[in-house]
Amino acid sequence: MAESALPILILLCFVAGAIVVVLATLRRPDAAWIVTMATLTAAFGLSVRLLQAVIDGGAVRHRLGGWVAPIGIELVADGLTALVVCVVTGIALLVGLYAREAVRREIAERESAFYAVLLVLLLGLSGMVLTGDLFNLYVFFEISSLAGYALIAVGDKRAVVASFRYLLLGTVGASFYLLGVGFIYALTGTLNMADAAARLPALADNPALRVSVALIVTGIALKMAVFPMQAWLADAYTHACTTTTAIVAPIMTKVAAYALIRIAGFVYGFELVSERLPVGAALAWLSAIGIVVSSVLALAQTDVKRMLAYSSIAQVSYIGLGIGLGQPWALAGAVLHVLNHAVMKCCLFLVTGTVQLAGGGRTLDDYRGLGRRMPWTFAAFTLAALAMVGIPPTGGFFSKWYLMVGGLEAGAGGLVVVLVGSGLLTAGYLFRVLERVWARPAPDLVLRPLGAGATVPIVLLGVAVVVFGLLNSWIVTRVIAPALPTAMGGLET
Amino acid sequence: MTETLVMLLARWPYVCTVLLMLLGLYGMLGKQNLVKKLIGLNVFQTAIILFFIVQAYRSGASVPIWDPALGNDPDAYVDPIPHGLMLTAIVVSVAVTGVALALLIRIYRNFGTLDEPDLLDAMKRSR
Repeated sequence: MAESALPILILLCFVAGAIVVVLATLRRPDAAWIVTMATLTAAFGLSVRLLQAVIDGGAVRHRLGGWVAPIGIELVADGLTALVVCVVTGIALLVGLYAREAVRREIAERESAFYAVLLVLLLGLSGMVLTGDLFNLYVFFEISSLAGYALIAVGDKRAVVASFRYLLLGTVGASFYLLGVGFIYALTGTLNMADAAARLPALADNPALRVSVALIVTGIALKMAVFPMQAWLADAYTHACTTTTAIVAPIMTKVAAYALIRIAGFVYGFELVSERLPVGAALAWLSAIGIVVSSVLALAQTDVKRMLAYSSIAQVSYIGLGIGLGQPWALAGAVLHVLNHAVMKCCLFLVTGTVQLAGGGRTLDDYRGLGRRMPWTFAAFTLAALAMVGIPPTGGFFSKWYLMVGGLEAGAGGLVVVLVGSGLLTAGYLFRVLERVWARPAPDLVLRPLGAGATVPIVLLGVAVVVFGLLNSWIVTRVIAPALPTAMGGLET
Repeated sequence: MTETLVMLLARWPYVCTVLLMLLGLYGMLGKQNLVKKLIGLNVFQTAIILFFIVQAYRSGASVPIWDPALGNDPDAYVDPIPHGLMLTAIVVSVAVTGVALALLIRIYRNFGTLDEPDLLDAMKRSR
């Protein structure tokens, strides 16, 4: 494995950015956004460079402080890592571009603190993705969670209550994870993921190992909002301010999903999680229930932001389903869905934020006739909505396609039925919005539209939805397939 | 049955951490006051910290500093890594408590109560 400083540079970018934001605003109050954008641009540039390096030369690693692996902590990046880091930093960059006006309109007085915490959140999330150490993952897990609680508390009056509930559940989830790591440490005496992966197969019959699987999967599933642990998410996303929702919804649960893939697939191995233990099947079926329940709840909402929050639970459950199946195609679909859902959900949440900030409301009826008044914004919204339903050639179609192939290969026909049926439910709740946007007359209402800085990221995301759809086979064969666990075999039918 | 009991008694420190953990979970689920829920969470986290410390303990072993009299036998020293990990976990738990208390202050300012049923009422009224 080649050495590379890129992983640590990405993390240092965020650390430095968070400190500089606070210091710079002591002198120049308007510097917060500029520093944030500089940090995000640098981090995204480094992530793309990392992805390039991984595609060209395979996985890279960085030894922290020069200590060699099982003793020291290492940062590791393979194709999955680099892809998810690019998703995190890329989405953050676009939301950052959008945030300038949104943050000024919503929370002008706390601008610098908001951006500083935002960068800490991104530090935690990219750290979770890049680390190759189980305990280090816990630390980054908690860094991102703490920043997340703070960001979610910024919103309307009830956001604080939602944030406190999330804090209680999130901390229990993280504690379960920590306890599971304690069991792994007691069994193997190591915290390095690669080292633990090499030692665990010999212990497959040890009951303590089963307990650790249950604890870690439950802990991470709680952060992923897998059914029946999804209740915190809807309130948290609904009451938080626009910028927070637009950044937390697309990437936070996805990074938890990534952590689950990393640990279930690479540390325990799917042979243990999905074949010897019923954990994989339980995860797949709970996700399937989650998809149906949340899609039906989304249908029942009249508040568009809340509807999208429920839809997020359903979409993250697709990823949980793909992981639970433990089949190469399904896993490729799950990873692809991390990318696609991040792009389309970010676009949808940014549009609801735009409507709200422009002086419109959040209910379905507030969307009447908006298509004519904000054509670019709602063109992108429509593309993202079509991708959510899974209409080719958008990205959403392909990730579901891979999931279905994986489900059929694994012989789980019932799950495939859920996947198809949920597409119809998704169409049901999103077309209600689209019908009002394009086919109803607009009420008399004075809107104060946001400037180009807010429209450009939305349009870019709308374009990205289609571009990632068209590029899907390149992403799967060049980036995802080489990084799948070798024990699973390749992507062949 | 007796075998299980003997096994549990031999591992009584672990049994204690599990009881503490359950006590913490009860505090979080059973209590209506949000501060008590937070205290429950703290108890829960403490139980996990103790679990790691118990795991590091070795009867009759020395502090993990190399001693010529004890030589290179790893069993002669207490495992230092769980202590190091838990130092970090304690810091995390302090930070979580800090953020949680800050949130509680904001909740109290917004709604004038920290009692869950009252809070739900207050939230309905504020809608």
